[in-house]
Amino acid sequence: MNDNFIKLEIEAKSENVSLARVVAAGFLTPWDATVGEVTDIKTAISEAVTNAIIHGYAGAADSSIVTMELSVKENILSIKISDKGVGIEDIESAKEPLFTTKPEMERSGLGFTVMESFMDDVKIESNPGAGTTVTMTRKLGAFK
Amino acid sequence: MGLQIDIQNRVLVANLSGEMDHHQTERMRAQIDAAFEKSSCRHILLNMAEITFMDSSGIGLIIGRYKNAEKRGGKLALAEMSDPIARLFEISGLAKIVLKTVTVTDALLVLGGTQNE
Repeated sequence: MNDNFIKLEIEAKSENVSLARVVAAGFLTPWDATVGEVTDIKTAISEAVTNAIIHGYAGAADSSIVTMELSVKENILSIKISDKGVGIEDIESAKEPLFTTKPEMERSGLGFTVMESFMDDVKIESNPGAGTTVTMTRKLGAFK
Repeated sequence: MGLQIDIQNRVLVANLSGEMDHHQTERMRAQIDAAFEKSSCRHILLNMAEITFMDSSGIGLIIGRYKNAEKRGGKLALAEMSDPIARLFEISGLAKIVLKTVTVTDALLVLGGTQNE
């Protein structure tokens, strides 16, 4: 299969997260990924995009854009989710299981834990005031 | 998203369907809480059979409903979890406090047994 790349920009609204998942599933179709792989990837994307919307932009959607870039190179899927929101003060705390700054929204604090469980590698780059970029990779077909 | 709620053996049964992400769980939890508030149920059962996707927002919903049932001295049970949902459930550590059953009937039996504790 040839290498491929797509970039999707969505307004930071929680109803758009399902669109990001559907686009990712469609992008993966030619690679004949297993149902389990697609579910894992959709879940990790859902976590990262939701974080960008509710934490990065804290629900203030006016002209706030979340970008999702997907690329496959030699069977390695790379996912880049970025926002230009408030950024993360303390990345190590944010990664702690059950840590959340929004308990009133019933956030479980498991977003990064899920990303790390479902993907091979997760990197977070963030600067307060400048935004956050989460980069994740996963080898496709690893279970075949 | 769909949500159909009924009461069986004084257990509030929420039959959930669709995708449990942040957007949908906000609406689901409001409906479950309103029905629970009005009822005299102590236990809550979430029937996950028709859930096609769940992320950690679903875990947040489960924790919140567990707390509500606990306030009335009741329990929370989950039935009919698919493999991916069960995996998330394991990662969350909720297996220690939330009952996991195969079918709705199993869940009602288990919760019925704890009704008069």
